[in-house]
Amino acid sequence: MPAAHSLPHRHFDALIIGAGGAGLNAALRLAAANLRVAVVSKVFPTRSHTVAAQGGVNAALANALPDNWHWHMFDTVKGSDYLGDQDAIETMCREAIPTVYELEHAGVPFSRLDNGKIYQRAFGGQSQNFGGEQAARTCAAADRTGHAILHTLYQQNLRAKTHFFDEYFAVDLIRDDEGVAIGALVLDIESGEPLIIEAKTTLLATGGYGQVFRTNTNAFINTGDGMAMALRAGVPLQDMEFYQFHPTGVAGKGMLITEGARGEGGYLVNGEGERFMERYAPKARDLASRDMVSRSIVTEIREGRGCGPNKDYVLLKVDHLGADVVHHRLPGITDICRVFLGIDPAKEPIPVFPTAHYAMGGIPTDRHARVVAPARHGPEEVVPGLYAAGECACVSVHGANRLGGNSLLDILVFGRAAGTDILSYVAEHPNHRPMRDAHIEPAIARLARWERQGEGERVADVKAELRRLMEDHCGVFRDQPTMAEGVEKLKALRERVEGVRLRDHSQTFNTARIEALELDNLVDVGMATMMSALHRDESRGAHSRVDFPERDDERWMKHSLYLREGDRMDYKPVRTKPLTVESFPPKPRVY
Amino acid sequence: MERQIQRLRWQCRRGMLELDLLLNRFLDQRYAELDSAGSADFERLLGYQDQILQDWLLGQAVPADPALSRLVAAIQDCMLEGPRTSSSDAGAER
Repeated sequence: MPAAHSLPHRHFDALIIGAGGAGLNAALRLAAANLRVAVVSKVFPTRSHTVAAQGGVNAALANALPDNWHWHMFDTVKGSDYLGDQDAIETMCREAIPTVYELEHAGVPFSRLDNGKIYQRAFGGQSQNFGGEQAARTCAAADRTGHAILHTLYQQNLRAKTHFFDEYFAVDLIRDDEGVAIGALVLDIESGEPLIIEAKTTLLATGGYGQVFRTNTNAFINTGDGMAMALRAGVPLQDMEFYQFHPTGVAGKGMLITEGARGEGGYLVNGEGERFMERYAPKARDLASRDMVSRSIVTEIREGRGCGPNKDYVLLKVDHLGADVVHHRLPGITDICRVFLGIDPAKEPIPVFPTAHYAMGGIPTDRHARVVAPARHGPEEVVPGLYAAGECACVSVHGANRLGGNSLLDILVFGRAAGTDILSYVAEHPNHRPMRDAHIEPAIARLARWERQGEGERVADVKAELRRLMEDHCGVFRDQPTMAEGVEKLKALRERVEGVRLRDHSQTFNTARIEALELDNLVDVGMATMMSALHRDESRGAHSRVDFPERDDERWMKHSLYLREGDRMDYKPVRTKPLTVESFPPKPRVY
Repeated sequence: MERQIQRLRWQCRRGMLELDLLLNRFLDQRYAELDSAGSADFERLLGYQDQILQDWLLGQAVPADPALSRLVAAIQDCMLEGPRTSSSDAGAER
């Protein structure tokens, strides 16, 4: 490993880590203002996970039905189970409208109504008039909204002369003695050469970490890299116990089987052929809430009533609906089953298991996307020069539970907000701060650790065990004994990572080394999730505890903060005061 | 060869889980058996956008190029067949 002083340095006004919707929207704002912008992405930018977002973007345009940003705000606060910060939510819902128009002008081909206006579809959790009739708020470009947005933003960035470091892996942030973010150590995956990028500002936009769970819907790249970098830089992670699971993923694979399958009349059966949801939810049965269905599936399996040789999944039956209904109303499921399972769902049941989908928690930021952490003067002191946006951040607009159509909105609005704030920060701080070898050395040490030779466990084995552990001990079934045992096992696994060795120490395209660095990140975000979940003894939004089934506003209407040093938990209040309107006080979340 | 597979492994990292599963499995199980024209086709396939690959690999569209069409079918077949050899580090986990 080269010494700190011998590494090449590049200089930029802004360094953006991650090339999904949040990173690219920030980059575009900056490059258009003629700042020198570097975007570092471990895969080619248009292969970022934003490409997989099919749903759409919420904005109260009122094109299909009456609507108002304030109604959107109400729905988002309620959906968050009152854990969302209402100043950030107001910002997001107001900014949604110009954000969609801006994207349209940039070239995103939104679907249209007959009158030429942007088409808007209805999604769950959307209401008119503060909890009244169904609203239609989601703007979409057919079923490939994420793809359209990502490609449009990438093309616009090329035109604006954003500098892309494609297939570079960010190893760690570099901060100076005063804690100011002054850049990052990155690795060229092709050559294996490290590079220092010095920047006046750094934006983390690295997306989610679904890969920490065995069964998940996320692309392989979603390994929580930015979140773990923040942790190692001494920044806590916020609300990590809130992770959205979908009840029906393809068992052992993770892909979503849409709720529509049960909406059309599909139902779940256990290994004894019993329609078990009748026991857990006699009225709603298979259409009970997501967390109820997810927990019921896992309970059946835990109690030995799963299906298959290992009794580790249940079956979703749609075969009674007839080939016509299955093939025409559920074409996506038909394709998935045919390609991944070799079955026709019109003839055979589908093996399913709850699948991890979306992180509500992440790097704490304010509504300007500035990273905030507890310090001398309070729980939300700005970390100078450091920003975060998108799924890796927790601003917090989703609180304990995200509404459909709000995640693309989050990345766009707060990506743009980061760009806006970076512009003024760079104007006020026009010079690079001095970077000394001592600032770089911790990052180099992390890289050097994987150069150790000799015998040891394999990355893939430890990673598989981590994913299994997280699923078993911090998945949809959560109680004190299960998670306390999980924390101990995870601590032991973290120790074992020290003994993992790479067999391949070559420089060029050593993807095993990248996977080892990703494993470090997964272990860190896994611990943040497990610790936060263990300590919150209430049920709220996506975090549901078998042993504490009720929401407890008196004790728990507060944000969790996990600090890596000493695996410590801290807490801070929810920002219940919006910017210009009255606050929405907590109420039972019933639909 | 090993370096070439590592390089391609990174090209098989895509924005969607479905593509990750299909492409990585094919790389682990079948890539080594391809002749030079076959491996060139695989590289060419990886150059397409995720959305197009998704349409092809999930069977919503068929590539006009017969070589790519055969390759897509081989990738789909590979998903449903059992493993032929012990797989590499990244493949072992999934």
